Amino acid sequence: MNTTDLVQLLPLVVLGAIFGLDVVSFPQAMISRPIVAATVAGALIGEPDRGLVMGVALEFFALESMPFGASRYPEWGSASVVGGFLFAHAADGTPAAMSLAVLAALVTAGIGGSSMVVLRRWNAFWARQQQQRIARGSGSAVVALQLMGMSSDLIRGGLITLAALLVFVPIHTAAIATTTVSPTMSRAVVVSVASAVGLAAVWKVVRTTTGARWYLLAGLVIGFGLAGRLLA
Amino acid sequence: MSTLAPVPQLPLRIRIAMLIRMLAIQGVWNYETMLGNGIAFALEPALKRLPGGKGGEAYRKAMARHSGYFNAHPYLAAVAVGALARAELDGVPEAQIERLRVAAPGPLGSVGDRLVWAGWVPLCSSIALLAFGLGASPLGVVFIFLGSYNVLHLGLRIWGLHAGWAHGLRMAQALGNPLLRQGPAHVARATALLAGIALPVAAQGIIGPGRAVLGGVLAAVTAGAVLVTVLHGRTEGWRLATLVLAAFILYAMVG
Repeated sequence: MNTTDLVQLLPLVVLGAIFGLDVVSFPQAMISRPIVAATVAGALIGEPDRGLVMGVALEFFALESMPFGASRYPEWGSASVVGGFLFAHAADGTPAAMSLAVLAALVTAGIGGSSMVVLRRWNAFWARQQQQRIARGSGSAVVALQLMGMSSDLIRGGLITLAALLVFVPIHTAAIATTTVSPTMSRAVVVSVASAVGLAAVWKVVRTTTGARWYLLAGLVIGFGLAGRLLA
Repeated sequence: MSTLAPVPQLPLRIRIAMLIRMLAIQGVWNYETMLGNGIAFALEPALKRLPGGKGGEAYRKAMARHSGYFNAHPYLAAVAVGALARAELDGVPEAQIERLRVAAPGPLGSVGDRLVWAGWVPLCSSIALLAFGLGASPLGVVFIFLGSYNVLHLGLRIWGLHAGWAHGLRMAQALGNPLLRQGPAHVARATALLAGIALPVAAQGIIGPGRAVLGGVLAAVTAGAVLVTVLHGRTEGWRLATLVLAAFILYAMVG
């Protein structure tokens, strides 16, 4: 990868940094959700429709992760930029492009989630460093600590995106050249896996609410009917 | 007949400053103080109005008090921030403020988690997935998702700050709001219905003209969903999916 390629990746790295920051630190407006982040990444290279398709596939997986307090979960902001770019970058009809892009996004999301755990430990370390000033009621120490945490998260998201792009762009290109699976089959495998995870996630969420399982069943009946009509 | 004391007003610019800082309340989230520093950060514009101003003794004591451990849902923490600001500026004794800080996190966390993370997020995702499946443009899908999600997101933060300030130490009354008490169950049912509709419709939107594979997809989704549900607590679906996709790609390259 030469300097020109790296410069071309820069807007994506900035995007990954911003979306990575949104996941927890600021402003948690859910611009980091795959359906938004992957679409924007696709739009950045002139392929918003392909970015959206990738965003929808990843959104099924993201239904499973809920950012409850101290729980650990995948980081979808920067991962969606990576997935959206890889899929949008491949020409329409490229064999296995979707499954490769989704796999790259899932791996990035997992590593991104681990990087958030590391950052949270660093945050605790920095808070301990400032503890004496904070205990004395220093407003500037509180503000500085907050800005430090947010800046670090921004950098974390950018670095995860950059590293993932540097690793996965060449792999994606090389793997596409050696696969013969049809795009339809690739999409079908992704949809099967993603829908299974999404359906199980919704079931997990709604099963504790009285009557909600019947709403889900009714919805599935309507949904399959509607999907059948759309395919016809 | 009792008369209610009028609620003192916090200047608009301070409320806006607190609201903006609330958006960054998790900026330095960590496993030791959790939201603690963020609470002090959000309260700081109001605490400058304590006797002695910024740097005064009251300000410094309050800042030290509020930067300690605090854990709550980040959006509903606005209720606590409003209530704590009111208590500090009303000159409530330190012991009572401490009791409020200890009592507030539990209900704010549990209501927020059920309403927002387990309810509103999947509901808005489902609406956006359905819009995609029905042929909405990329811009349309993004606007539908962000618009619907942030109505509640920003609404909760603004309402929380206002309600906390209005109720002060009696902030538990604010949590009696019907939206917070009944909302999670209604949102869960709406999510169930909409997700049920959206998943197949969005799935066919991704596959496109591939009716021949639909039967296989349906069987795989059913089997996969059962497997992920059975394995719940032992592993997560996205991890299993990573393995399955890696195996598929290996097969596609070697086979």
